[in-house]
Amino acid sequence: MEMQQFYYDNKIVKKFIYATIVFGVVGMLVGLILAFMFLFPNITDGISWLSFGRLRPLHTNAVIFAFVGNAMFAGIYYSLQRLLKARMFNDFLSNLHFWGWQLIIVAAAISLPLGYSTSKEYAELEWPVDIAIALIWVVFGINMIGTILKRRERHLYVAIWFYIATFVTVAVLHIFNSLELPVSAMKSYSVYAGVQDALVQWWYGHNAVAFFLTTPFLGLMYYFVPKVANRPVYSYRLSIVHFWSLIFIYIWAGPHHLLYSALPTWAQNLGVVFSIMLIAPSWGGMINGLLTLRGVWDKVRTEPVLKFFVVAITGYGMATFEGPMLSLKNVNAIAHYTDWIIAHVHVGALAWNGFMAFGMIYWLIPRMTKGTLFSTKLANFHFWIGTLGIILYTLPMYVAGFTQASMWKQFNPDGTLMYGNFLETVKEIMPMYAMRAVGGTLYLIGMLVLVYNIIQTVRANAKIEDELAEAPELQNIGNGRIKGEKYHTWLERRPIQMTIFAVVAILIGGIVQIVPTIMVKSNIPTIASVKPYSPLELEGRDLYIREGCVGCHSQSVRPFRSEVERYGPQSKAGEFVYDHPFLWGSKRTGPDLLREGGKYNDNWHFNHFWNPQSISTGSIMPSYKWLFDNKPLDISLTEKKMKAMVTLGVPYTEAQVANGLKDLRTQAIKIEESLKNDPDFVKSYEESKKKAAAKGEVFVPMNQREIVALIAYVQRLGTDIKVKNNVKK
Amino acid sequence: MLEQIKHNMENIAGVAIYPILSLLLFFTFFIGLGLWVYTYKKDKIKELSNMPLND
Repeated sequence: MEMQQFYYDNKIVKKFIYATIVFGVVGMLVGLILAFMFLFPNITDGISWLSFGRLRPLHTNAVIFAFVGNAMFAGIYYSLQRLLKARMFNDFLSNLHFWGWQLIIVAAAISLPLGYSTSKEYAELEWPVDIAIALIWVVFGINMIGTILKRRERHLYVAIWFYIATFVTVAVLHIFNSLELPVSAMKSYSVYAGVQDALVQWWYGHNAVAFFLTTPFLGLMYYFVPKVANRPVYSYRLSIVHFWSLIFIYIWAGPHHLLYSALPTWAQNLGVVFSIMLIAPSWGGMINGLLTLRGVWDKVRTEPVLKFFVVAITGYGMATFEGPMLSLKNVNAIAHYTDWIIAHVHVGALAWNGFMAFGMIYWLIPRMTKGTLFSTKLANFHFWIGTLGIILYTLPMYVAGFTQASMWKQFNPDGTLMYGNFLETVKEIMPMYAMRAVGGTLYLIGMLVLVYNIIQTVRANAKIEDELAEAPELQNIGNGRIKGEKYHTWLERRPIQMTIFAVVAILIGGIVQIVPTIMVKSNIPTIASVKPYSPLELEGRDLYIREGCVGCHSQSVRPFRSEVERYGPQSKAGEFVYDHPFLWGSKRTGPDLLREGGKYNDNWHFNHFWNPQSISTGSIMPSYKWLFDNKPLDISLTEKKMKAMVTLGVPYTEAQVANGLKDLRTQAIKIEESLKNDPDFVKSYEESKKKAAAKGEVFVPMNQREIVALIAYVQRLGTDIKVKNNVKK
Repeated sequence: MLEQIKHNMENIAGVAIYPILSLLLFFTFFIGLGLWVYTYKKDKIKELSNMPLND
């Protein structure tokens, strides 16, 4: 057989590694800023694009798609070429993938702080960026499958199966969750409403964790851990079982994010059952990873790369045990909406994804620069400070989570809530938030040490060049099974069939859950008194979305005595039929707002948005002063928005759409009139009129400003089905 | 828990086929997976698991 010479593309790996490092620092830094905002809520006072609600999606997107995404691509581009004994399919596609992805990240970094957000978690980017993501993702897929097709290795190693599953599943998830109706260049509405939107969103959200943060990294684990330990994976058989059962079961588990919500119970229960089942494949994989080190544990003492891997895999094991436990309804009742979830996701992100990425970087850079790491000592230091950072981050968040749950649910003997004021809980856990910020700081310091260590390594060693390799050409043995060849051995050399099977495996769960919820009408009982939002409320709702209020406030009251007492009647599926998108939220840094309408008067909200601390001492809500600016609310799209809603099935009449702006103005003026009940408001309003006149500015009446629309929306919340006097006082 | 599922499903015509279908689906899937894995030849497994070490 003739040996063929070719070059592995190391330069593309280098690019993705550098991007990983840059965006790792950015994503973690934004996270740290957010952690400090819990302690000093107004450190960016008055700067809309640096407010908590807008930075939170920037943090999650930067860490998931920029840091972990680039690390994933670096690892895949390195291992795929070597496992297939072939250069990447096409250099142009590799570079298009790289630069396209970075452009998307930059678009996110600009658009999210500016408030362009769909509000759907980890899918906040607006529709033009969504399309770009889909295109670049397909470029990645073509490049990967092209490489597989021109390989010089007959069989596909298990790591590649994980890569294939990642590609197809993320494509399916992204496309279906991003179905939205554009109303302008940077604004769209989800085609799904309420319960259905929630189900699709968490089918996506959960499986983004599964197929963006987990499966590709498991593939990397199956390549890099054996490589660094210099011994094969503990059990290849187990890895096959791991792969198929993981992708088959994972896709069903999404509804565990919606337990005790208005989602139909059967869907909730399916989510629970499959989440529990997930322990088996997840732990199978963890054990397989750790046992690969059997007999070489002495190496873990001296090799920082292995240290990172061991903690990463342990973190994976802890998070995947905790996940199923959190899916049990009785545990979820405690943990949901609290900081426990924040601890849980950070075990995954900081330990599993972060430490896998760090280990990979410390191993790849010296190898590709044909030298040694600048300082093993510094890498060890990074390992220890990073580990300490994880512990100091997560432990306080666990304590905070339990504190929140126990205080929220505590009753006095007379049947009233013991901590009726939400702020009592917040004040109680402030020390935990402070400790978390310390943990985050340590982790970021570790990251900066990596930056220094890698820069020094690259400077001291050879330039990263493509690597010469040789392998015999793959002989064509035909598509069919050859004599004596078993079915699975055949399947493993047939990537297309393999991909099809993977798609089938992931589609079953999604179809079983989503299709009935969307098709079967009886799943969402309608409520006659629930009416579409008024034009002003609709605009206010878009402000609520723009400011990222959903990051701290849920709109979903669970059927618990403690919640009904605190917030009002539990959520019902029929309440959300006009909510494109749904805004149930996933975290209660502040109280639930589903029944907020009418709890306080307009002035309360007015003053509270201006300066939350002046109304609620000890509140950690930032002020929203820019909503009061002497600028009119943008109503150029109101009519278009209403028409879009009609397209999506919201029953606005033609007259309602035609009179939209008139109705909007009438409602706004009514709110301004009610604000005038407060003499302080009247006084400062007159003063600001004079100020504007002195500056020669055009004075915009309060009823035309953004704040009025937001108040209108907040006052509407939950009023459709508010039952009076149902709560014993 | 099962009571809740049954309650929600009982309006669907021919719902009795669902549990049987699910059982068949999962049984076949996992038994098939088991058979697949355990009929591998040792040599093949060794060859496959050594793939990352051979570049």
